[in-house]
Amino acid sequence: MTSAVRFTGASRHFGSVRAVDEVDIDIAEGEFFAMLGPSGSGKTTCLRLIAGFEQPSSGDIAIFGQSMQGVPPYRRQVNTVFQDYALFPHLNVLDNVAYGLMIAGSPKADRHRAAQEALELVALPGYGKRKPSELSGGQRQRVALARALVNKPKVLLLDEPLGALDLKLREQMQEELKVLQRKLGITFVFVTHDQGEALSMADRVAVFNEGKIVQVGRPEDIYYRPEVPFVADFVGSSNVLPPTLTEKLIGRRSHAALRPEAVKIGPQGHAAVVRATSFIGAATRVSVTMAETAMIALVPKGQAIPAIGDQVHLSWDADDLHLMEPGA
Amino acid sequence: MRSDRASVGLKIAAGAGLAFLHLPLLLIFIYAFTTEDKSYQWPPPGLTLKWFAVTWDRPDVWQALSLSVRVASISTVIALVLGTLCAAAVSRTKFFGREAVSLLVILPIALPGIVTGISLRAAFNLADIPFSFWTIVLGHATFCVVVVYNNAVARFRRTSGSLIEASMDLGADSFQTFRHVILPNIATALLAGGMLAFALSFDEVIVTTFTAGQQQTLPIWMLEELVRPRQRPVTNVVAMVVVLVTFLPILGAYYLTRGTDTVAGQGK
Repeated sequence: MTSAVRFTGASRHFGSVRAVDEVDIDIAEGEFFAMLGPSGSGKTTCLRLIAGFEQPSSGDIAIFGQSMQGVPPYRRQVNTVFQDYALFPHLNVLDNVAYGLMIAGSPKADRHRAAQEALELVALPGYGKRKPSELSGGQRQRVALARALVNKPKVLLLDEPLGALDLKLREQMQEELKVLQRKLGITFVFVTHDQGEALSMADRVAVFNEGKIVQVGRPEDIYYRPEVPFVADFVGSSNVLPPTLTEKLIGRRSHAALRPEAVKIGPQGHAAVVRATSFIGAATRVSVTMAETAMIALVPKGQAIPAIGDQVHLSWDADDLHLMEPGA
Repeated sequence: MRSDRASVGLKIAAGAGLAFLHLPLLLIFIYAFTTEDKSYQWPPPGLTLKWFAVTWDRPDVWQALSLSVRVASISTVIALVLGTLCAAAVSRTKFFGREAVSLLVILPIALPGIVTGISLRAAFNLADIPFSFWTIVLGHATFCVVVVYNNAVARFRRTSGSLIEASMDLGADSFQTFRHVILPNIATALLAGGMLAFALSFDEVIVTTFTAGQQQTLPIWMLEELVRPRQRPVTNVVAMVVVLVTFLPILGAYYLTRGTDTVAGQGK
């Protein structure tokens, strides 16, 4: 398979800060790729490296096999949906969408027709004459998407595009983005700090921490088989057991991850004390302390909820205790 | 509860303040129509329009007016170019001493005109530059740049930086980005700054006194006229013209910069 975007040992340093540190990524053509990480982990800088707003301090970035060394943003076949949408306030929606085509020298009638089609694609037909300031956040988001897509980019970059939307709209847009990506077959590179968003939308996820990629894989791999404690901790609220506790439990000195839904509260197992409980809809979150380690167990609807201060016993299937590399 | 209605005392105070500011202006206007031309006598013994005709036929008025318009126009153009570049540099990039540069740009307007005037005169003398039309323009440009800079820098700060990146991302090079994105977004600020600069230059006296050679700009001409009383109301007619010529751009600038709080890149 052709690689749409390839990072080879790419770094970006700001003074002494290594925003991106020796990153290697291979994003396949047509892939929906998510870059996930906390703020300041280097994921947005990686996106800006692809877009061309930043140049790597060392290493190389290639788009469809072509090195992007010294290629300015306006000569790259990638387009970006910005976090703040960055719609041009002095242009109406139609001219915003047609901007890229106008710069490319397309005649007015052609580019307006293409812009209309792009607006229909994002379900905003008939909004062309409005100014961006007259639109809601969700509508601006769609215009930004149309403005990028109308140029038929080889890679579409999305910088936390759903960050400013409310929950319901966000879920709807997640669905729509996925459908759109399948339909157009364009490679999407998506930056987010929301693990739920990354896991539900992407074909593959790269988890960033302190400028490095700590794990790349399919959402299931990231969720069920975290390779390092950071991933287990950051992606969903997984219990991370310290090496001392793992040694006591199964005789191996290593960090281990245990998903809360795998923890069963019952008559047998390891003794623990209930610290707090909170109702979260389909289940109840029970915080317990086991051998001086704070852990979370999810008790599904319909089962007895222990009271705070209760002595309980925890158990899990041996398969659910997932060993991770020490350290990292 | 807070009352939004002003008290009677406040209304009187506001009225008195406005009268203090504007009654002298009214006097100037009235004397432009007086029939008596030696001393300003109150009340005017009679009213006439003949001073407008007299003014129209005076070549020295026309010379001074034309010089003032030319000086103001060229100073404004210089200020627009330099002020915009300066504002772009200060608000778009980070460099060592940026705040100091920002302060140094604004300083000329805070300095008393007489200091600016003396220092420019000394500098021109040292550099052996003869006083001419261009020395007046240079003198005026010093404070005109500040006005344009202040307007442009405020607008630049409100214009989101990602607009420029968005434009580049969509294939526009620096020049196209300037033409299609930056210029439309700062245009009204530049127009307002330019109008203010024009108005400031048009009625400037102090710096001009130090940097002019034999030429007389309109305000300098008026000053001279007051010293030698000859057809005095002519000065008043000219004063009226000056008020109108400077007031209109200022009014325009006010309307252009008002209500633009939601300009540019308030994306969310």
